[in-house]
Amino acid sequence: MAAIFQGIGAAAALPSTEKFHSQSRRFVSARKGSLFVVRSDGRPSLGSSPRSRGAQHLITNAVAAKADASATSTASKPGHELLLFEALREGLEEEMDRDPRVCVMGEDVGHYGGSYKVTKGLATKYGDLRVLDTPIAENSFTGMGIGAAMTGLRPIIEGMNMGFLLLAFNQISNNCGMLHYTSGGQFKIPVVIRGPGGVGRQLGAEHSQRLESYFQSIPGIQMVACSTPYNAKGLMKAAIRSENPVILFEHVLLYNLKERIPDEEYVLSLEEAEMVRPGEHVTILTYSRMRYHVMQAAKTLVNKGYDPEVIDIRSLKPFDLYTIGNSVKKTHRVLIVEECMRTGGIGASLTAAITENFIDYLDAPIVCLSSQDVPTPYAGTLEEWTVVQPAQIVTAVEQLCQ
Amino acid sequence: MALSTSFRSNLIKPLTALTALSSTQHLRRPFSSSVDDSTALTIETSVPFVGHKCEPPSRNVETTSKELLGFFHDMALMRRMEIASDSLYKSKLIRGFCHLYDGQEAVAVGMEAAITKKDCIITAYRDHCIYLGRGGTLVECFSELMGRQAGCSKGKGGSMHFYKKDSGFYGGHGIVGAQVPLGCGLAFAQKYSKDETVTFAMYGDGAANQGQLFEALNMAALLDLPAIFVCENNHYGMGTAEWRAAKSPSYYKRGDYVPGLKVDGMDAFAVKQACRFAKEHALKNGPIILEMDTYRYHGHSMSDPGSTYRTRDEISGVRQERDPIERIRKLILSHELSTEAELKNIEKKIRSEVDDAIAQAKESSMPDPSELFTNVYVKGFGIEVAGADRKEVRGVLP
Repeated sequence: MAAIFQGIGAAAALPSTEKFHSQSRRFVSARKGSLFVVRSDGRPSLGSSPRSRGAQHLITNAVAAKADASATSTASKPGHELLLFEALREGLEEEMDRDPRVCVMGEDVGHYGGSYKVTKGLATKYGDLRVLDTPIAENSFTGMGIGAAMTGLRPIIEGMNMGFLLLAFNQISNNCGMLHYTSGGQFKIPVVIRGPGGVGRQLGAEHSQRLESYFQSIPGIQMVACSTPYNAKGLMKAAIRSENPVILFEHVLLYNLKERIPDEEYVLSLEEAEMVRPGEHVTILTYSRMRYHVMQAAKTLVNKGYDPEVIDIRSLKPFDLYTIGNSVKKTHRVLIVEECMRTGGIGASLTAAITENFIDYLDAPIVCLSSQDVPTPYAGTLEEWTVVQPAQIVTAVEQLCQ
Repeated sequence: MALSTSFRSNLIKPLTALTALSSTQHLRRPFSSSVDDSTALTIETSVPFVGHKCEPPSRNVETTSKELLGFFHDMALMRRMEIASDSLYKSKLIRGFCHLYDGQEAVAVGMEAAITKKDCIITAYRDHCIYLGRGGTLVECFSELMGRQAGCSKGKGGSMHFYKKDSGFYGGHGIVGAQVPLGCGLAFAQKYSKDETVTFAMYGDGAANQGQLFEALNMAALLDLPAIFVCENNHYGMGTAEWRAAKSPSYYKRGDYVPGLKVDGMDAFAVKQACRFAKEHALKNGPIILEMDTYRYHGHSMSDPGSTYRTRDEISGVRQERDPIERIRKLILSHELSTEAELKNIEKKIRSEVDDAIAQAKESSMPDPSELFTNVYVKGFGIEVAGADRKEVRGVLP
């Protein structure tokens, strides 16, 4: 499948017409009404109805797909093409149709349609109370969403930019994460907190934050990061249906990614990692936008004769150590590429987790490429240097595989 | 205070032969008589209400003798529980933070009398008595305070985290002011589901200076949420007197566009009237602030003696003049619903009830080590987790 990346404001860092292959999707065509949870290794697991295994056919994407091979699979797979923000909206709309308790609240989500158009059109369809425009008061509207969730509603709280949710940190940490525990299991907090984060195109330091590292220690929450329209819709639906509080990290630069996604309803598993490209030599773990940098580097690496296995970890808390572990056992070398800061980031925790569990399988120390520990500068060139670039990934793999 | 005395003939119906006697001893009906349970009474509140942008309700409160006696019992129970918690804390059975509510019982009891269990209450950390008022049992209270499995939060919450979902008690929160937006959310859900119920979001005079409170007020007013903001003004935010923390200590006026009512929080009937009025108002017109003028006898918590920032004379002065239980006792006696001796009897029974509950709670077990990992998530991932040393305590996140 071809996914065309269109960067916001075509800056020089990445060419604007790169073709990436998202090769992890295994499709199972469903009978009407049944629901599939797609696992990353292709085994479909039927969520609610184990009987309907009838008309399945698995489409597996080849490892190093050439352009014509992907064209054939596109032709034989009907679906519809859309952009990532539309995929998020589709997932959101389907869930709001399905369950009247699902509601959205955030700044400019209603009449304005969402600053990234994720909630466009929903307010006219569902009304102002269900798609609520809040004042600029992150602390209290996050608290309001959590309070509503305590009674059984399922709010989706949008932070216009993830960085703004720092103002709501108390509510997220103490109330969202901990209430289930401190009440002895009496209250569930089925909220979804979502918003765009990550380094954009010269947005400045305060609007380019990666909050995954700050939230990751909060007990009781789950964190997922979406990277393609396919997994964005699936993860959004899964997050809404989850009884736990879920923080869904989107990325500012990925909203205009186009991809063909299935017409059938599908929900992805929140705790699963995605096998983007199976390989033999080195395991590259990544998430969110860095997936695309890694895939770009992978093309260079393949040309140089390496065979990297690329896994999009997707689930930032808890880590899918099953998939990751199997990969480590196969390749014995790990490279983590992330956009988080070096200190105390997701990569740091992942390094610790892999070392603790799989030290016997490692042939080399784990290399972790992260962003620099600096506030993101405004100047384009400086901003480019704070984030991991494909050339650095290639160098790291070469060094790791010596 | 003014009394309505038109009910006299009802009281002494079974003893008509003795109507001529004026001495009080023989005419008292026994405390637990069921004949006159619903004798209507009208009590006047101690001081009139003061309104901000609203018409204050009348000073005359309708009640029944059963309710009056019930108030006495409930408040005495709460008082006894808090005093017992004090001694438990001093004997190190309760650890950490323990914030006691004695002196403020009238707020809890008066509020309960005006609402149903479908209405929600959310408060901060001074929550033991509100929990009792919402239907919690003494054993659950003491067990939670002592960290036992039988506690209302399975011992995992502690003093500041009492919850009772089935009677609409949403806690129990440690961070000052954070419960107010949560209360807004409860009201939002009530409006969303069109329940015709209200939420009482309680906070203190210290929390009244939190920004999130004003954010919540704005949202509640904007969306017409059925939220009632109750400021329990005990005049001290831990060690800081209200005049040192707030430029404007008229907390009921702080809502500006949100109407407010100032209530004598030591008078259970004033509280009841105000809450009933507020519920009606909130269902029709949106949020309202109630400022309960109350007082706590203990310090902020057990680690605070409570006398470094206020004089002992002040504390004993309030105890003499405004104590909520004494007020109810005087009301009962002047309405001749019971005798001194009977009331003392009730208090003695309460004392033994509390002692029994403490004994029962002391017997109950500490939580199992596996409980360390339960209720972290709702759905299990089968993730292996381990305690700090990775050997002793291991479990799977259920």
